[in-house]
Amino acid sequence: MYHTKSVTELSAMLQAGEVSSVELTRYFLDRIKNSDEKLNSFITVCEEQALAQAKECDERLKAGNAPALTGVPVAHKDIFCTDGVKTSCASKMLDNFISPYDATVVTNMRAAGVVMLGKTNMDEFAMGSSNETSYYGAVKNPWNLKAVPGGSSGGSAAAVAARLAPAATGTDTGGSIRQPAAFCGITGIKPTYGRVSRFGMIAFASSLDQAGPMGQSASDCALLLNAMAGFDEKDSTSIEKAVPDYSADLDKPLDGLRIGLPKEYFAHAEGGMNAEVEAIIKTALDQYKAMGAELVEIELPNSALSVPVYYVVAPAECSTNLSRFDGVRYGYRCEDPKDLNDLYTRSRGEAFGEEVQRRIMVGTYALSSGYYDAYYLKAQQLRQLISDDFKNAYEKVDVIMAPATPETAFNIGEKSDDPISMYLSDIYTIAVNLAGIPAMSIPVGFSDGMPVGMQIIGNHFEEARLLNVAHKYQQQTDWHTTLPEEFK
Amino acid sequence: MSSAASNEWGQWEVVIGLEIHAQLATRSKIFSGASTAYGAEPNTQTSVVDIALPGVLPVLNKEAVHMAVKFGMAIKAEVADRSVFDRKNYFYPDLPKGYQISQFDLPIVGPGTIDIELESGETKTIGVTRAHLEEDAGKSLHEDYAGMTGIDLNRAGTPLLEIVSEPDMRSAKEAVAYMKKIHTLVQYIGICDGNMQEGSFRCDANVSVRPKGQEEYGTRAELKNINSFRFVERAINIEVERQIDLIEDGGEVVQETRLYDSVKNETRSMRSKEEANDYRYFPDPDLLPVVITEEYRQQVRAELPELPEQKQKRFMEELGLSAYDAGVITASLALSSYFDTVAEKTGDAKLSANWITGELSARLNREEIDIADAAVDAGAFALLLSRIKDNTISGKIAKDVLDAMWKGEGSADEVIESKGLKQITDTGAIEAFVDEVIANNPSQFEELKGGKDKMMGFFVGQVMKMSKGKANPAQVNELIRQKMK
Repeated sequence: MYHTKSVTELSAMLQAGEVSSVELTRYFLDRIKNSDEKLNSFITVCEEQALAQAKECDERLKAGNAPALTGVPVAHKDIFCTDGVKTSCASKMLDNFISPYDATVVTNMRAAGVVMLGKTNMDEFAMGSSNETSYYGAVKNPWNLKAVPGGSSGGSAAAVAARLAPAATGTDTGGSIRQPAAFCGITGIKPTYGRVSRFGMIAFASSLDQAGPMGQSASDCALLLNAMAGFDEKDSTSIEKAVPDYSADLDKPLDGLRIGLPKEYFAHAEGGMNAEVEAIIKTALDQYKAMGAELVEIELPNSALSVPVYYVVAPAECSTNLSRFDGVRYGYRCEDPKDLNDLYTRSRGEAFGEEVQRRIMVGTYALSSGYYDAYYLKAQQLRQLISDDFKNAYEKVDVIMAPATPETAFNIGEKSDDPISMYLSDIYTIAVNLAGIPAMSIPVGFSDGMPVGMQIIGNHFEEARLLNVAHKYQQQTDWHTTLPEEFK
Repeated sequence: MSSAASNEWGQWEVVIGLEIHAQLATRSKIFSGASTAYGAEPNTQTSVVDIALPGVLPVLNKEAVHMAVKFGMAIKAEVADRSVFDRKNYFYPDLPKGYQISQFDLPIVGPGTIDIELESGETKTIGVTRAHLEEDAGKSLHEDYAGMTGIDLNRAGTPLLEIVSEPDMRSAKEAVAYMKKIHTLVQYIGICDGNMQEGSFRCDANVSVRPKGQEEYGTRAELKNINSFRFVERAINIEVERQIDLIEDGGEVVQETRLYDSVKNETRSMRSKEEANDYRYFPDPDLLPVVITEEYRQQVRAELPELPEQKQKRFMEELGLSAYDAGVITASLALSSYFDTVAEKTGDAKLSANWITGELSARLNREEIDIADAAVDAGAFALLLSRIKDNTISGKIAKDVLDAMWKGEGSADEVIESKGLKQITDTGAIEAFVDEVIANNPSQFEELKGGKDKMMGFFVGQVMKMSKGKANPAQVNELIRQKMK
């Protein structure tokens, strides 16, 4: 059946005329219809538009010269603005917002030929690590419906893991692609900051946000990243650098690959890595060794600062990024405001969830006169130190490997009353965003039936290398093709 | 308040600093491609960026940077190698993002200076602390919607250069002189249209007073958004008066923002320091620092047009204009362009300068209008002066012709023709007038011949009167002298 096929395979079938895009699109729309009640991974399903797009794709395919992804259905995280389609960011604030324009990621992927199945659920405004902060309710993990899928791109991760969509887009500010990819047993890559345009992607923390693909495998992610990446004149922070063909070097042998293992992340691991998770990761590392790689212990001495630095920088930026949601021009507006102040406080108070409000308050405090130097400025200085740690490490190694999360997916409700312990679930992913470097998560085994993810972290613009390193492993293993029982 | 500045306020010294907002004359907005044209239907010149839809990002308009650098070069200021855009956070319905993108710590233009001429004729140097780029907000329309406020975001994102002075001015007149100087300069270098009615050029004035001789400044009040030279002068003077009265009555000036009401001619409090926003400035992560290279600076410097002071000097040296005439003419780009046209067409710079600083300026002042709104354009004005030069009319008649032209009665030639004002240069005809006047005033003529030179004026005047002003005065003089022999 089509849902067991990778994007690479589906694309070949479409090009060969073995299946039509309409057929494929209908197949996945049906799968969503039949199974998403269990997962709640979609906020909006675009049946009509998807079928219309699929029809167009079939015509393009027939005409020949259609780009590689033509006709492949994918889902977009509901953080990307989509013309004519509700773009909610999983918030009550934008429950009524129909975007009048497409995000560059959406435009690029459309140009590459993909069909949009719908918009996936997420943590509200991407703030969360469990997908429990969504206005549209929690998303469930396809491997255990009582467990969280991770967040913030939890809907995308769950949808791909259950194969309700062959692939999806996500965004990653502190681990929001990698952590849910790890929890759901899929492959996801957060590219270098500036590699993928942020235009049309609703901002959480502008200096950290980066979009990337979430798929079944590294080779699928390579295909998708080919379509997503590139300079965009509408995003001043996107980088004017040629995009390589990420699929080209997937099969390069790993002989002599130097893999750095941060000692801070292992042994006496910060964040208390679960012993079984650690054992599974060690097994994966041994496999790399067997493929000719060399394991080198490295130091990231400032890694302990990542979480506190992140929880100053990200809330500070989000506190002003979310100021535009004021009930004046679009989005939620409270009933019968008494005056301007009432309009602001009630519209925002009624429409933003608890976690969003918490971060706005923390960030507002951190930027306040008299506190700015002690918090925001200090955090930016420490951020440089964290960045320098990686720079030093890459003088000795080619890639760094680390756990993606300290443990496998926790249960829904388990951490929702304890923000600090929730924040710590991103302890291994956050430093990467602060440094702006690329990293991915790949499935490397199961612990108690739940997927374990391993992170592969690269130097700036080393996405091709990461995908190659991941792909070689996936050629020898089948963790990434294993499906949850209920969604086989 | 017309007494000389030094004694204007008795024992008090006034300290003024200005923050001028010059709207940059770019075609599109500072961070979006939407048009900046004035006067469109509300919210028709707004892109997704200007209305701050979710997900949009600002992209810096290079032309705005170019214009800011041009200004920096024109005031010989330091133009920063690296300047940074910051977010200034506050909530207001016409501020779509909930923050204004501005420059805080690292502005694009650093310290420079502007020279102003005082009424005494002396020159005073005013420090320009900095000039930075920022975006304008939209407009809130309170009148048209009962119980509601309309928001027009056409202006949101319009590029502004905020030019901040040192507190170097000591009277409202100095402040006006400084503001006019900047007003002229930004128009000369083509970065602002200077249109004050449309708000393209406006200022905030920081005003304080202190006892003469005291080192430290008094507490200042900030007067917001003043958009005419006249209002600047009046607002400052009324505020100074308020502060002095307050202190002399035993009160204290509080630091606050005040609004000038031009109808009531008073300032009133908008918000005090305690109520002031904490703007939570921080570098905008959506924009990269602006990097200016030495090469770019050189290139912009080379592009600078002739500046007012250079032009004044040239007019004095090359055209032989007086310092006063050259100063008046070059103090406004529009006036100096007017002059350029008139002088070129008449081939007589001095005559053109006299008439422009005299008759033309008098009429503009009387009607309180700008040269751009003058009823007689430069070409028509030049023709009038040409008719003086070719002796078709006298200078005196020319003033009457100008009045008629000003009222729209036609060109100089049409007015001269229709009113029969052509000068009489026929010696025979003039001699007939002269003879008649002498015949009618024999005793006075004897006095003239007897050496009473004052009588000359009487006789010329009588002849001019008889000829209805049309006799050529030089010829009249000459003929009377001949008759005296």
